[in-house]
Amino acid sequence: MRVWKFSDNVDTDAIIPGRYLIHNDPCVLARHAFEGTRSEFAGQVREGDVIVAGRNFGCGSSREHAPLALTGAGIRIIIARSFARIFYRNAVNVGILPLVCEQADEILDGAEIAVNINAGFVETDGKRYPIEPVPGFMQSIISAGGLVGYARNLEEIETCTGSQA
Amino acid sequence: MGATVVEKIFSSRCSRPVRAGEVVMAPIDGAMIHDITGPLAIRNFFQMGGTKVFNPRKVIMLFDHQVPADSITAAENQAFMRTFASEQGIHNYDIREGICHQVVMEKGLAAPGEIIVGADSHTCMYGASGAFATGIGSTDMGFVLKFGALYFRVPESIRVDVTGRFSRRVGPKDLILSIAHDIGADGATYQAIEFGGETFESMGMEGRMTCCNMAIEMGAKAGIVPPDRVTYAYLEGRRAVSPGDLSPDPDARYVDRRMYDVTDLAPQVAVPHNVDLAVPVEDVAGIRIDQVFIGSCTNGRFEDLAEAAEVLSDNRFSDTVRVIIIPASRDEYLKALRAGLIERFVTAGALVEAPCCGPCMGGAFGLLGPGEVSLSTSNRNFRGRQGSTEAKVYLCSPATAAASAIYGEITDPREV
Repeated sequence: MRVWKFSDNVDTDAIIPGRYLIHNDPCVLARHAFEGTRSEFAGQVREGDVIVAGRNFGCGSSREHAPLALTGAGIRIIIARSFARIFYRNAVNVGILPLVCEQADEILDGAEIAVNINAGFVETDGKRYPIEPVPGFMQSIISAGGLVGYARNLEEIETCTGSQA
Repeated sequence: MGATVVEKIFSSRCSRPVRAGEVVMAPIDGAMIHDITGPLAIRNFFQMGGTKVFNPRKVIMLFDHQVPADSITAAENQAFMRTFASEQGIHNYDIREGICHQVVMEKGLAAPGEIIVGADSHTCMYGASGAFATGIGSTDMGFVLKFGALYFRVPESIRVDVTGRFSRRVGPKDLILSIAHDIGADGATYQAIEFGGETFESMGMEGRMTCCNMAIEMGAKAGIVPPDRVTYAYLEGRRAVSPGDLSPDPDARYVDRRMYDVTDLAPQVAVPHNVDLAVPVEDVAGIRIDQVFIGSCTNGRFEDLAEAAEVLSDNRFSDTVRVIIIPASRDEYLKALRAGLIERFVTAGALVEAPCCGPCMGGAFGLLGPGEVSLSTSNRNFRGRQGSTEAKVYLCSPATAAASAIYGEITDPREV
């Protein structure tokens, strides 16, 4: 699992430019991931590679095409110091695990990385870095394989008003 | 301990006291989808086993990003959504009305105390109506279409108090760029920004929309102005609502409080490639520009166009600049048309396009080539946002955009 290292404030326009949003197929989107900002990514990324970034990964547009493009590229885990809110939810919803790691800046581009979610750390170059636990209500969505799998099994849900929806 | 505006809205909709930090499954009062994020949302709705949407009257559909369809794929996406609307009994505004956020506001589809979601990050603009409104992704939207509810972590709020009167040719866009500079691109992540103070109380709805619109540029979940007589006057004739009190309690708890005085605020320009990189216009005056875009959900309203026209006066736009002006909606277009603004813009050398998102997203027309520089009244200047990743986008107010378009370089509107 190779690390693709990015800096702070990677926006969703960089992950997938606006002109490709007419496509909805993750594999088609993946061909244009980081086009113009990190053009070697699409050709070289391998299934299971990990994105490591600084603060505010996925800021900007709510386009779910961004995490979809990354799933099409084989990314299953993103580690960052922090995530933009909408991207974080979208990532979980499409089956990407976003992990918060305060020391993500220390992880190097191109490094081999092992992720131990249950033990709460990632390991690279012989060093371990702690990752924050995934919030409880996100766990149930992730274990269902994303929000679609979670929702498919539900006929109705109970809202905070106590009524059935 | 008192409640913030956001806590009051969630408490009201959940019929019990709800505090920041709680996770609630809240009922949804309105759900907006457009031509870019709608197709995925509908596909997710079907994949979740959805057959009928929760309430077709609460689903808002329109097309604004790539209109009229600029490719066969875009046309297919729009046709797919039209079929869905027709099967589900959803009213589809199609390509007729303009930019989604402006249309939601002017049709009265967001009202004080409501919880509205949209599959677009600038949905936070409806906070100007006193609603809690936030942008979501397409899978979350699929869930909303099926169940009419969504999980929320009720956000903490940042209170921003603003006093003073804007000086000539300085306004809400300059204020919000200045606030974004201070709070930073992720300074309000997972939080809401509640605006108040005498400057907001005397600000029209158009300025409140500009400010709430850009809450997302600080990572915020929502921006909101507590509803007051300005809000209710705007809603009159658009939506029947009974005025209630959604003011924050005096002892409400905020994660941060910020005070601004706009008396001496200078026009602001956000430089490439982040929205929080705002500087006073004098710092960048003289930079040559290739394109000026006046429009978008942030600054495409009649008041914005009137502000640009006032600065333009009897001048012509520079022949070295491509000036693209796009009213945010059909209503705003008609207001500008009747006031004679459109004729003045065209006479001065601008291209005036039909209401849509235009160059803002870099997905349709008006794209930038490598090395080109754009000055834009829109909301994002990310690398590649309006075309080539080797182009530069600067953000500013309509007044600064118009002044700069006259001279072909970034220009202080107070000096025109």
